[in-house]
Formats: sequence, C-alpha cells, structure tokens
Amino acid sequence: MRRLLFLLPLAVFAALATWLYLGLGGDPARIPSPLVGRPAPAFAADGLATADLEGPALVNIFASWCVPCRAEHPLLAHLAEEQGVAIYGIAYKDKPEAANAFLAELGNPYRRVGFDEDGRAGVEWGVTGVPETFVLDAEGVVAFKHTGPLTPDAVRRDLMPALRR
Amino acid sequence: MTWPAVILALLTALAPAPAMAALDASEMLADPALEARARALAKGLRCVVCQNQSIDDSGADLARDLRGSLRARLLAGDSDEEALAYLTHRYGDYVLLEPPLKPATWALWFAPAGFAVLALVLAVRTFRRRE
Repeated sequence: MRRLLFLLPLAVFAALATWLYLGLGGDPARIPSPLVGRPAPAFAADGLATADLEGPALVNIFASWCVPCRAEHPLLAHLAEEQGVAIYGIAYKDKPEAANAFLAELGNPYRRVGFDEDGRAGVEWGVTGVPETFVLDAEGVVAFKHTGPLTPDAVRRDLMPALRR
Repeated sequence: MTWPAVILALLTALAPAPAMAALDASEMLADPALEARARALAKGLRCVVCQNQSIDDSGADLARDLRGSLRARLLAGDSDEEALAYLTHRYGDYVLLEPPLKPATWALWFAPAGFAVLALVLAVRTFRRRE
C-alpha cells in the first residue's frame, strides 16, 4: 500500500483537473438571481407595480425591439390561453406605442402590462437583458428565474414545477 | 521622412489611445464629493452584460442605468455600503468585481495561501530527509 503512495499526487491532480474541466462546460451568461427565494421586488412601471402581482404567476420582461421575445411569444400565448397561467409583462426600455403595436400584432398574453421606458423597474428586477422570465409562487415569492427566450423544454422542466410549488 | 520623425510616428502609433470615458457629463452629480464617491464605487462594480468591465468603463446601456441607480442611491443619502447592498440585492455578488469574503468564497481567498504553505511543508520535509 505504501508503495503506491507515490501515485497520490497524480490522483489528486486528476480529480482537481476533472472538476475544473467540468466547470468549463457551464454557461458564463447564467447568473444566479439573488431574487430567488425572496418576495417580488418593489417596482413601479407605468401600469404595473408590485401590489398588482398575484401569484402564482409569471413575470415576463420583454421589448418590441427584442428578437428572441418574438420567438418566445407563441409559447407565452399558449401558457396563458391553454394552461391558464397568469402572466404579467414588463415592456423594458420600450416606447409604449411600440410595445402596444408589438402586442397588437402578435396577441397579448399578459394579464397586465407595465411600461418601463427608462429601465428603472428593470434594475429593481436585476434585469441584464430581455427576455427574462420570473416565476412567482402562490405567496408572491420569486421561485425561479429564466434568462433568455423560453423553450417548451424549460417550461416543462423549470417553470411549471416552480409555479406549482 | 527623417529617421527621428519615423521613430516619433511609430511611438505615437504605439502609444495607448486615451481611454474613452463612458461616463457622460450629463450623468454627473452636481456635488463633487458625491460624484467622486460614485466614481470610486462604479470602478468596483461589474457591468453584468459585458462580463469583465466595470460600469465606470462600460458604454453599455445597462452600465449607464446602473451608474444612474448608484447615483440616485447616493443622492438619497445612502452610505457606500448601503449603495453597494442595493445593487448586490438585485444583481448578486456577481456585480462586485472583487468577490466578498464569506464562507462560500473562503476556498477562493485562502486556497492559494493554503497550497503555498502545504508545498513549503512538503518541500522542507523532503529535503530534510535527504540530508
């Protein structure tokens, strides 16, 4: 046994190298949200404020100038119409006319829309880009944050379980 | 061109371009002391959409918004700590360019020194045995 001890540094190095290598696979754009586990932040957009939110619900940050928002839009419509999910929208850094035109063209899946033209409400939500979607549980606590456009997979795996919690 | 002129031209071309100030004059606070605090804090805050630039350096829209929020907090009478806490509550510790010292980051802060001590101990033991 003692004779094999010389292999120990190699084993330690291999373990460390494997761990660090796996770390490289992570997505650096994924930033854990400190809001998860806390009540929805205090914010006031034009037409939507913290007191208006009633969980369980989704809070979707979108903008008419954002292409991935267009891509995820049918999924939001499906969630609102077929699954009866309450969705609140925050039009981030967007002119109200432009956001309204976007919703008139693609349909409005939102229970309420807040217009956040200067991005102040976005800062309260810790928004780094659009789209972003937060899940509020029945108590109005942030249960999950999805960064980027929603996919059917993400809805099934992350959003629905978090909504039901 | 004469040689000195060529050398001068080369040196000028190689000299670092003056840093483009991301900060707009219209963003600055009227109170110079408050503005100085805002600048100092902004240098330590990460522009979260450009990974490793501070919000003081970055021309990104979000960096501009965060500079605005930071100045609004300072104007409202926040201490430096309170203003930083406001941002870390929304963007996480990730927004700080220097990771804070806490149990989750002990490995980060102390591992290098730990490894150095370990290496020293092992080296001393190995060399003693040989003598």
